[in-house]
Amino acid sequence: MARAVSTRRKLTMTILVWLVALIVFFPILYTIITSLKTEGEAAAGFSMIPSFTFESYAAVLDQQDYLRPFFNSVVISIGSTIVALLIAVPAAWAMAFTPTPKTRDVLMWMLSTKMMPAAGVLVPMYLIFLNTGLLDTLLGLSIILTLVNLPIVVWMLYTYFKEIPVDILEAARMDGATLGKELVYVLLPMAVPGIASTLLLNVILAWNEAFWTLRLSTDDAAPLTAFIASFSSPQGQFLAKLSAASVLAILPILLLGWFSQKQLVRGLTFGAVK
Amino acid sequence: MGSITLEHVNKTFGGHPVIPDVSLEIEDGEFVVFVGPSGCGKSTLLRLIAGLEDTTSGAIKLDGVDVTDKGPAHRGLAMVFQSYALYPHMTVRQNIAFPLKMANIDKAIAEQKVADAARVLNLTDYLDRKPRALSGGQRQRVAIGRAIVRQPKAFLFDEPLSNLDAALRVNMRIEITELHQQLKTTMVYVTHDQVEAMTMANRIVVLNAGRVEQFGTPLELYKSPANRFVAGFIGSPKMNFLEGAAAGKYQAEAIGVRPEHVRISRDAGEWQGKVGVAEHLGSDTFLHVHVDGVGLQTVRTGGENDYHPGEQVWLSPEPGRIYRFDRAGQALR
Repeated sequence: MARAVSTRRKLTMTILVWLVALIVFFPILYTIITSLKTEGEAAAGFSMIPSFTFESYAAVLDQQDYLRPFFNSVVISIGSTIVALLIAVPAAWAMAFTPTPKTRDVLMWMLSTKMMPAAGVLVPMYLIFLNTGLLDTLLGLSIILTLVNLPIVVWMLYTYFKEIPVDILEAARMDGATLGKELVYVLLPMAVPGIASTLLLNVILAWNEAFWTLRLSTDDAAPLTAFIASFSSPQGQFLAKLSAASVLAILPILLLGWFSQKQLVRGLTFGAVK
Repeated sequence: MGSITLEHVNKTFGGHPVIPDVSLEIEDGEFVVFVGPSGCGKSTLLRLIAGLEDTTSGAIKLDGVDVTDKGPAHRGLAMVFQSYALYPHMTVRQNIAFPLKMANIDKAIAEQKVADAARVLNLTDYLDRKPRALSGGQRQRVAIGRAIVRQPKAFLFDEPLSNLDAALRVNMRIEITELHQQLKTTMVYVTHDQVEAMTMANRIVVLNAGRVEQFGTPLELYKSPANRFVAGFIGSPKMNFLEGAAAGKYQAEAIGVRPEHVRISRDAGEWQGKVGVAEHLGSDTFLHVHVDGVGLQTVRTGGENDYHPGEQVWLSPEPGRIYRFDRAGQALR
């Protein structure tokens, strides 16, 4: 009897999980479907069956240079991630292994910056970028993405580092390791899974970031978010092209996420499940 | 060489003094054990010597050189942790070789040293394994291997055997003692187990609330404890203490008699009582006797005795084996 209940329960759970997954994935799925329609079909209303035409892709790639914004996206997402890690690793190390009574407050303060609406600082940030010549540069976008994601990177690394027994770091010190060697030979190799998933998540977040990248770039440094935006028109006549552009923009990161999902899940649930 | 000197060492955590004022002189080649109840500051004292904690005031000297402000990497000491603290991402070979790598020792020489250490510790067959594929005893040996490979000035052990099962603990106790006899290097060993302290040490430091209660050889502590705390802590089973009239008779506030120095009789003696629990160990039997007006007293008798629970008995201390203490708990001689 107990077995029958558990089978039924398993079935219900499976259906529920699939349902949730489908709901979450549906916008992406519908974008892909729409991108395979003609403009006429796309404008005609809801339909799950496209005519499987690639004319929108051809038009998008013909109309706009794809490679340049793609290259820009790669540079700013990887660049900002590397800089964020270089700052966050020592910061998280210090907070995890030599905490002070205020460490918790510092962590909360860092997180609280994420709670502020970005639009609130748009004007000052824009003016700073304008006056320092950072506007529409890859360096400027990398800096802003580093700042935007730094709190999350520090928090994630802090959580991983907390899982590493401090004894092992002390053993390294006793064995004659200086601070640098302790980080390179002991802490970092042990934290590789955590650092890898932090890196992946940050690349994804940076790749998808649209608010700042759209407002602080115009042409030279415009990443794929700007590439998509250039196809959105107030008239709404180019839904198929817009979808095709979106698919082209998210495809690289979707593939990266797909191939690294095991690492990502392990990273995101690290410490939560033992 | 490896003498360790502590001069008025003080350690305060957040305004709370953990080590109020400790001065010690550990000689080169000695095996010194820090023993005391949990929270007495013995591990903190070891960590101060290691450099893993900063001293609040006072000085720590190694071979006469002040190292108080030097980090652990620059003190030339090796430490074995309670949790073993092996590097999980390295093989046994890499673990043992790590201190040599940090000291930039030539690779060929390092390999030879690792091989020698592995042979001494019976780890040769496990050199290419990761720590997680080893048993508790083997992990402990790797931790010791990592400590001995670099020939440190002194070894520091922080309750290294407490994660092992009883049988293995006895074996490792002997192995560490033998290692000390072979290497003749200074060893400082922290434990809460007074049996480990008595069996391994050349000299024992008994700590209580961050203070050194007594520093002496195991037999000195056993035969002439400085105070009631040491008398009660050293020796197993614990010393019996009697207060009030029983002690007044000996012109003391309290007297102590070890269970092995109490005579038991059915006919006559100094204190009358009733046998409670009898613990039969085979070689010995520990009788717990309820003495009227005094409380529970432990008596150590031979393995084969015929006292039964509930039986009326008489106890008397062996002459000359009574320890007398004043009101402050200090021994009266």
